[in-house]
Amino acid sequence: MKPRFTTALLLLPAAAWFVAMLVLPLIVVFVFSFGERGPAGGYVPAFSFDNFLNLGARWTAFKNTMVLAPIGTIACLFIAYPLAYFLAIRASAKWRTMLLILVIVPFWTSILIRSYAWIFLLGGKGLPSLIAALGLGHIQLINTPFAVLVGIVYGYLPLMVFPIYVSLERLDKRLLEAASDLGAPPLNTFLTVTLPLSMPGVATGCMLVFILLMGEFLIPAMLGGGKVFFVGNALVDLFVQSRNWAFGSAVAVALVLVMLVTVTAYMRFTRRWSGGRDDISLM
Amino acid sequence: MTDRNDFISREKFMEELMRFKKGSVSRRHFLGVTGLGLATTVLGSTFARQAMAQANIGDRVVLASWPNYHDPADFESFKAATGAAVDLNVFGSNEEMLAKLQAGGTGWDVFVPTNYTITTYVELGLIEPLDMSKIPNYDPNSFDPRFASPGTVDGKIYGVSKDWGTTGMATNTANNNGKALTSWKEFWDITRAEFSGRTTVHDYQLTTIGNALKYFGYSFNSVDPKELAEAEKLLLDVKPHLFAITSDYQPAMRNGDAWLAMCWTGDGKQLNRDMPEIQYTLGKEGGEIWSDFYAVPVGAPHRDAAYALINYLLDPMINMKETLFHGQPVADARVNAMLTPERLADPILYPAAELLNALEFGAARTLTNPDRAELMARFKSA
Repeated sequence: MKPRFTTALLLLPAAAWFVAMLVLPLIVVFVFSFGERGPAGGYVPAFSFDNFLNLGARWTAFKNTMVLAPIGTIACLFIAYPLAYFLAIRASAKWRTMLLILVIVPFWTSILIRSYAWIFLLGGKGLPSLIAALGLGHIQLINTPFAVLVGIVYGYLPLMVFPIYVSLERLDKRLLEAASDLGAPPLNTFLTVTLPLSMPGVATGCMLVFILLMGEFLIPAMLGGGKVFFVGNALVDLFVQSRNWAFGSAVAVALVLVMLVTVTAYMRFTRRWSGGRDDISLM
Repeated sequence: MTDRNDFISREKFMEELMRFKKGSVSRRHFLGVTGLGLATTVLGSTFARQAMAQANIGDRVVLASWPNYHDPADFESFKAATGAAVDLNVFGSNEEMLAKLQAGGTGWDVFVPTNYTITTYVELGLIEPLDMSKIPNYDPNSFDPRFASPGTVDGKIYGVSKDWGTTGMATNTANNNGKALTSWKEFWDITRAEFSGRTTVHDYQLTTIGNALKYFGYSFNSVDPKELAEAEKLLLDVKPHLFAITSDYQPAMRNGDAWLAMCWTGDGKQLNRDMPEIQYTLGKEGGEIWSDFYAVPVGAPHRDAAYALINYLLDPMINMKETLFHGQPVADARVNAMLTPERLADPILYPAAELLNALEFGAARTLTNPDRAELMARFKSA
């Protein structure tokens, strides 16, 4: 009995946190989603499925998110992988720590401030004026889906770099030597040894970035000029602008369901992909 | 202490200042007659500080307000005078403020609602009728009733007038042969032609839909489904040509990315002051006129400090500093009497009567109308 009691006691803070910060709010959101908007906004108790039947009114927001979130995740992956590879395998031990710190440094400043910096970098007096000065024509960068993508990659890159770095750093370097000794050219070594062994990191990084991206609202609002509309933006507008908390809750419940389905499918896929190992996404 | 908040003209003020400088009147007399007694840091007076400190209002007051809307120096002098530091929370829309108050637990002591929200706050029981004995600086007779009256509901005063303004358009005339636009028809048409990719509209259903309705000559406040459908068609047609849907349009106007913005008076004044080629005009079809108020939410944690702050900001000398800072006109005749004739003739702050008369105050039902909210969501996600 005693060890079990100790275990329970040690788990108490986590359990209390889990109930207060996750379970209770989710129950509130779930209950609200069957309610109605009050005449001046807010929430009035009711039991109706109208909010769910009306979800089509936010279809575009879901569609935009379901397109840009995977694109953003893949863009992050393609930029983060070579960087993580360089940090873990190529960089000298002397430089490695400092380079890793440099990857984290942007996190020390709020994403809001850093997004403002991008507004000026991508604005007419920033990169486009440089491009025009080079005689490459006039282009608009700010307030486009491209600008949102740049902001996403910039903001989420460290979340992709670190899991991949950790899996590459753990990799037994003798395996690479063995591959080379057995006559495998570098590309083959990478494709048959390094890449498969770093898959847990890739899977974790992709999941971290994708899940957070699905709820993103700040970057589209700031770098998309309010014209790129994610589910996150729809939720902000429903809760603080039109104050239709009941419908907002229904959209939130729908988003949670979409994520559950996507993430479950993703975990099944990555498990099969890595030959039945289920530690992949949980690393 | 006598009432030292009586109106004093600029001439009288200078005369009193000279008398004081020459030593013919006491400092106490000078501060008394000029109303500077409350603005203690202006002259570093100590006697008024003692007077106000007697009340002991605590060390903190939380104010929820709008961007670029207060002179920080006035908060500093309030703190010097009363010991209460002003904790300013900045908001982007009335809906956001309403949502926060509906959810509860804001911790706000004073906030700045716009005319069309007051009745809703009263109905929901979110604001308290003001205890006017604690706001002696509010003189109902000196406030223009056109701007002050929405603060009164069922004979009770819930809000005292802060300032007022209009919603028009700011044109960078350098991009339009030196001409500013003069109608909402022009605004929406030029956006789909020469100004494609250069126009911003508010991220705010009240004004963006309202000014789209003006294109067809409908009421700014219309909730008629047929009229809203026409406005929606226009907005969806214009959307690909917009630079942004944002209420933070000053940066884009200043760096030249945007040439035309749906704009509030204060932003128009600030832009025009720094870049004279940006001109602020009203649509001749009409549009919005609004007034903002100081109000106290029910259950304000620092209630005494809330009243002290409102009273302080309504002191005509302080209110004059405020209006010079934020660039919105105020409804207080005592303040206007101290402003220069050039300021009072500024067409940005005080538009011509025929333009002003065409404007409408936003209505409570316009703000809370669910159809307009959904229209805005469709416009933004299109």
